[in-house]
Amino acid sequence: MGGIVIVGAGECGARAAFALRGRGYNGKITLIGAEPHLPYERPPLSKNGLKEQVQPKYVADAERYATATVDVLTDTPVKAIDRVAKRVELVDGGSIAYDRLLLTTGSRARTIPGTDDASRRVRTLRTHSDAEEIRRELLPGRRLVIIGGGFIGLELAATARSLGADVVLIEGLPRILSRGVPAEIATVVAERHRTEGVDIRCDTKIDRIDTDENGVQILLANGQSVDADFLVVGIGASPNTELAEAAGLQVENGIAVDATLRTSDADIFAAGDCCSYPLCHYGDRRVRLEAWRNAQDQGTLVAGNLLGANETVTSVPWFWSDQYDLTLQIAGLADGATVTVRRDLADGAFILFHLDDTGRLLAASGIGQGNAVARDIRLAELLIAAGKRPDPQALVSPETKLKALLAA
Amino acid sequence: MSGNWLEVCAADEIDEEDVIRFDHEGRTFAVYRSPDDEYFATDGLCTHEHIHLADGLVMDDIIECPKHNGRFNYKTGQAKGAPVCVNLRTYPVKVEAGSVFIAIA
Repeated sequence: MGGIVIVGAGECGARAAFALRGRGYNGKITLIGAEPHLPYERPPLSKNGLKEQVQPKYVADAERYATATVDVLTDTPVKAIDRVAKRVELVDGGSIAYDRLLLTTGSRARTIPGTDDASRRVRTLRTHSDAEEIRRELLPGRRLVIIGGGFIGLELAATARSLGADVVLIEGLPRILSRGVPAEIATVVAERHRTEGVDIRCDTKIDRIDTDENGVQILLANGQSVDADFLVVGIGASPNTELAEAAGLQVENGIAVDATLRTSDADIFAAGDCCSYPLCHYGDRRVRLEAWRNAQDQGTLVAGNLLGANETVTSVPWFWSDQYDLTLQIAGLADGATVTVRRDLADGAFILFHLDDTGRLLAASGIGQGNAVARDIRLAELLIAAGKRPDPQALVSPETKLKALLAA
Repeated sequence: MSGNWLEVCAADEIDEEDVIRFDHEGRTFAVYRSPDDEYFATDGLCTHEHIHLADGLVMDDIIECPKHNGRFNYKTGQAKGAPVCVNLRTYPVKVEAGSVFIAIA
């Protein structure tokens, strides 16, 4: 018996392994990862972890894997999946049999073609070793250019400023955070970065990037140029679908799975960043989420389905970002919203609620210091999951407790 | 355990099915009122990333961390699964003369 093999030793794969034991599975579990580390949490890499951590923040220590009898193979890239023999072939030549296979291969940072040179002046931020390399550069007075005004780029900008580096952030679109974050919140974020001394340049196209061992020169389409000691590219992530594709599994902006996270092969499942799945509460449209919570939730759920539970994903998308002392949280997806109302909380924090033309709550986006918006965003998530159509005025009024709307 | 009762607040300052933060001599606690109108207390910080639990959501017997949704049973302190795996310490609570007291000895 081959047991269950999990390819991809990140948050999602590790959660699945422990959840399998939690569900009473007592067969063999093999968790295979290409990185040299045990599974670790990626969110800290662009946040405080970049300042403080020398070691990764592990999902679990070696002892817990041993206690749960999960075999973790680190530094072990996978070459191919042989679906006929039901074996996973390793780059180092070995192979491992499976009864059921879970792909939690994650995603990788997108790069700008032609910048992959030996100077190491151009980086991306995805792994612990990326973070270690970048950390060495984040010294007072060092000049950092970030391409991309998404979560990774902005979190890195905040961390870099707090360590005293100079930061120019270049965004090709008219504003930062244009993917999934309302303009009203992006404005708060942009203003804070400017106050902290980040030079944000939106609507700015890049013509060319020149590197040598001393630094980087970024030539802009408007004729200006920016000199830097190093450049970090934060322009999104691509799903790691190559193994699945080569094995003939259906791929559709991610390894295509059904609502139970099963691929087009009944014995193979996929979960987390690498998969696209039909999103409940939003007309089952196919989405792929790059989010820590999604990785956790799907890892836990898929464990049951690997054992035949046949449960469907029902969680509402949830994201967060920390920049300086601000935390932004978003529950749901706002596309398709026709009405947006604002609820003001203490100390400048606020939440935007997005409703569709039938009054159904689709999403809530909030920003504030620390965890000011957390509880209400969590309640919004529950309202969304319940398909509620709350009175917009009740959402606006600070006197209304959102918990009461949930019971209504 | 009962030698060091500290007054937290008036009993009605905590809503039913809610939580408040209570700081004392450099330590921080979370004090809860259950839907059944009972009071409980735990350490104030999540065992995952040291976030104040009092900013989180109370649902029935569960307190959920506002940052990463780690869940604990606040009556027993038991961690309810990923990302939290270390239990919360709990403390005795009593209500007397309309005030909530906890013993943190």
